[in-house]
Formats: sequence, structure tokens, C-alpha cells
Amino acid sequence: MKKIKDTDLQLLLGHVLRAGTVVSITIVFLGGVIYMHRHGHTPADYKTFRGTPASIHEAYGLFLGIMSLRGQAIIQTGIILLIATPVLRVIFSAVGFALEKDYLYVGISLLVLLIIAISALGGHAV
Amino acid sequence: MLYFRPIVVIAPMSVIVFTVILLIGSYFAGLLGSLTGLGGGVVIIPLLTLLLNVDIHYAVGASLVSVIATSSGSAAAYVREGITNMRLGMFLEIATTAGAMCGAVLAIYIPTHYIAILFGVILICSALLSLRNKKEIIVAQKNKLAKKLRLNDSYPTQTGMVDYGISNIGGGFFMMLFAGIISGLLGIGSGALKVVAMDTIMRIPFKVSTTTSNFMIGVTASASAVVYLQRGYINPGLSMPVVIGVLLGALTGSKILVNTSSSRWLRWVFAVVVTFLAGQMIYNGITGKI
Repeated sequence: MKKIKDTDLQLLLGHVLRAGTVVSITIVFLGGVIYMHRHGHTPADYKTFRGTPASIHEAYGLFLGIMSLRGQAIIQTGIILLIATPVLRVIFSAVGFALEKDYLYVGISLLVLLIIAISALGGHAV
Repeated sequence: MLYFRPIVVIAPMSVIVFTVILLIGSYFAGLLGSLTGLGGGVVIIPLLTLLLNVDIHYAVGASLVSVIATSSGSAAAYVREGITNMRLGMFLEIATTAGAMCGAVLAIYIPTHYIAILFGVILICSALLSLRNKKEIIVAQKNKLAKKLRLNDSYPTQTGMVDYGISNIGGGFFMMLFAGIISGLLGIGSGALKVVAMDTIMRIPFKVSTTTSNFMIGVTASASAVVYLQRGYINPGLSMPVVIGVLLGALTGSKILVNTSSSRWLRWVFAVVVTFLAGQMIYNGITGKI
């Protein structure tokens, strides 16, 4: 019985990872097409680090950017989804382990999520 | 010693030319990374910093994103075959994500030329490690801690399911912490270090360690990518061609059937290329060009 559950979980995680990758890369590509169309002929300069503009750096700015179909904002959305995909995999694993009543691994999955959350929340402050 | 002259300095390229160059370069980086098992990041960072004169923080950010894409894409296929040890992966992810978080924070404070030098050193180590002869090891006796953590598992082979045990969990965990720091600091998957932790220290069958390492790379990179994202190190215009190129290259690589003799030859070629790139990174780091 337990073995069957493990293979179910493997199938589910496979789907999550594939769907996450396909969706986010598609969004990155669409954003890229718009970006090329609008900014293709401006000079490229990544020589010095300047951070990213507030328009894509903050959630509200990003939202406005998507609404007005700005290429960079759409690419960044795809990238954020891509970063979220493995995290989503961990969340699904936690649920899967809970269904298997493997509470040790529910705890381990939650610990991994906690570390990522600390990293996400602390990244700004440190 | 020979060194690359950054071409951007001479004439500023337009975004479209830059993107096309990057797309092609990233495709080959992904292809080589997949064929040799070293990952795309090890070629992407020298390509960006040495040839295209990109700031190393931007390069690390873009590379991390491409690492996540490749790991998720290929793990999707492997996890369904039942070779990946999900519990072992999850357990060791505690170490790799904690390490990755530290690595990403450290990257903010370490001067960029030290990052370049460290990158070169790790690159040489990874290339040497990938040249080792791999032999399948199966530990029969069951470690108590491994049993408690339910880490012992079985995996499918040509002769049916084979059970395997896991040794030295503490040592493996510690090595994974180190692999996580390197991944967060340099923006690479550090798959070579993860495989060493599992093969050499924990004595896990090679097929299992490779796929489980790949499974872990995505979440490890995500743990540091969230820091880079907030710090503004992940630039959309730069990351877009890198992530698409590397992913397509890796996909092509996984479709190409490499027989063992040419794979050995390929590894040697790649090791030479990688050593050259590593030398350039170290040289440019020491002379303060990066």
C-alpha cells in the first residue's frame, strides 16, 4: 500500500515540475518577444551593477508593468514563477507525505520551506 | 598567459545583438553541461563575465535562474522513473538550502574578484571530479540512522529492483552544506559536489546519486535566488536569453544518446575547456579585472 503511494507522489511531483517549467519559460519567452520589439535597438549595458528598476522590483510596480504589457515585467514574472517551481514541489511533497502519514518527512519538508521563507524574508534585511 | 579582451568595451552592442549572442552561447553551455553532467552554469558565468563583460553579480543571478530551469525540467522526467530517492533528497535539502542562503548573503559582502577566483578553483575541482571512473557501489548493511530516517531504498536496474543502504549520513550532510554555500555564492548547481557527497561519502549507487542530486539542485538554487531577486541581481533582459538558451541546450543534450567511449572523450575535451576558463577567471580575479 505504502509503495503505491510513493509512486503516486513521484508522478505528481513530475507533473508539478514539468508544468511549472513549461508555464514559466513560456511567459519568459513572451516577455522576451515584447522586450526585443520595444528595446531591441537600445545599447546593451550590464557592465556595472545597478540593481533592477523599481518598476519590476516591487510587487505593485511589477503588477502595473504586466498590465501595461512591459516586456521586462513579464519576463520577471516568468522568472519568479520559475524560482517558485521547486518550492511548489516541496509544498506538494509535504502534502504527499502527510497523506502517506509519514509525519517525519512532513516535518522535514516544512523545515526546508521554513529555511526558504527565512531566506526570502531576510534577503532584504541582511 | 592569454586572456580574453571584453568586446563590449570596444563597441556597445544593441540589445538584440547581445541577446542573440547570449542565446547561442547559452544553448551550447546547456548542451555541454548536460552531456558532461557538469551543468550549464560553469560555462555561462565565464561567458558573461569574461567575454561579454557583464557584472559578476548579474551573471550569477542569470546563471542561478537557468540552473533552476534545467533542474526542474530534467527532474520531472527522472522522478517518475523511480530512481530518485525523494526522502534522501528532501532530508539533504535542509543542508543545501541552509547553505545556499548563507552563500547568497556572503556573496553580497565578498569582493567580486574573490568570487571570480573561488569560481575558478571550484571549476577545476568539478572538472577533475567528473573525470573519475564511476563504479556502481551497493552497500548492503543497513545504517541505524538511515533506517530511522527511512533513507534506505531500492532502485530499478536491468535485473530488477535492487535494495541499497546509506552510510555516513553526518558526513554527507556536512558536504551538502558546503555544496549549498558554493551554489549560493557562485550561482552554479554544484552538482559535482553533491554527487561526491552521495557517491563517495554516503556510498549511494551512482544512478541514484546523479538523479537525486539533480532533484535537489532546483530547490537549492531557489533558496539563494530569492535573495538575489530582492537584491536586484536578477536582471530580466539578461536572464531571458540565458534561461531559454541553457534549457534548450540541456534538452538537446538529453536527447542525444552518448555511448560510453565518446562520453569519455567528451569529458576530457570539456575538462580542458573548463580548466582554461577557470584559469581565465582566476587570472582576471587576481589582476582585479573582474
